[in-house]
Amino acid sequence: MSLTISRAIVDAILDQSRAEYPDECCGVILGPAGADTPIRHLPMINAAHSPTFYEFDPKDLLALYREVDDKDEEIVVIYHSHTETEAYPSRTDIAYAGEPGAHYVLVSTREEIAPATEFRSYRIIDGVVTEEEVSITA
Amino acid sequence: MSIEVRIPTILRPYTKEQKTVEAAGTTLSALITDLDAQYAGLGERLLENGALRRFINIYINDEDVRFLGGLESPLKDGDSVTILPAVAGGSIDSL
Repeated sequence: MSLTISRAIVDAILDQSRAEYPDECCGVILGPAGADTPIRHLPMINAAHSPTFYEFDPKDLLALYREVDDKDEEIVVIYHSHTETEAYPSRTDIAYAGEPGAHYVLVSTREEIAPATEFRSYRIIDGVVTEEEVSITA
Repeated sequence: MSIEVRIPTILRPYTKEQKTVEAAGTTLSALITDLDAQYAGLGERLLENGALRRFINIYINDEDVRFLGGLESPLKDGDSVTILPAVAGGSIDSL
């Protein structure tokens, strides 16, 4: 199990996390159905506007799934940022994780490790978290 | 009376991996009862203590049922119901 992702998308997500600080940021990366390849980065609005919680607006969520279906794509990655804590799934993240096929990416741009950042990927299935390797390509 | 119900990946083990199923009911509550009768266990994944689960979003046509009357939302022949897992989480261990 691993996630292969481009440097440009990783940087865009880290930039989004810094721009939306102190709130958590969130979004998805889409790709062709069945290919498990993250290509199209789509930042989403954190409807909770919170430093400790994120949520896609239910209307945005429906529009997203419609678009994915229409374009014969899949949600390859679901990501969000932790702005003060480690990039590891919280109990809340695990309880909500509803896409068994997705890579759940967490980034951390917390100050105590700056200028370093964390970009980590997990599978979350039936409440079980498994970290996977991330390969960043040029 | 027939209503098309779209099932998300995470609940397809209950529907023999079918993406779309047919069910009947004049309210969302009745529809869920019918779904559970056809696909045992599905109802419990949608309801908790008689209320819609926080982790699940249900839409009638394009509208979130939270704005249509929740479980009492009316349904008519030809309506389309979509079930989606909420995408949410966060650093706080609130659960």
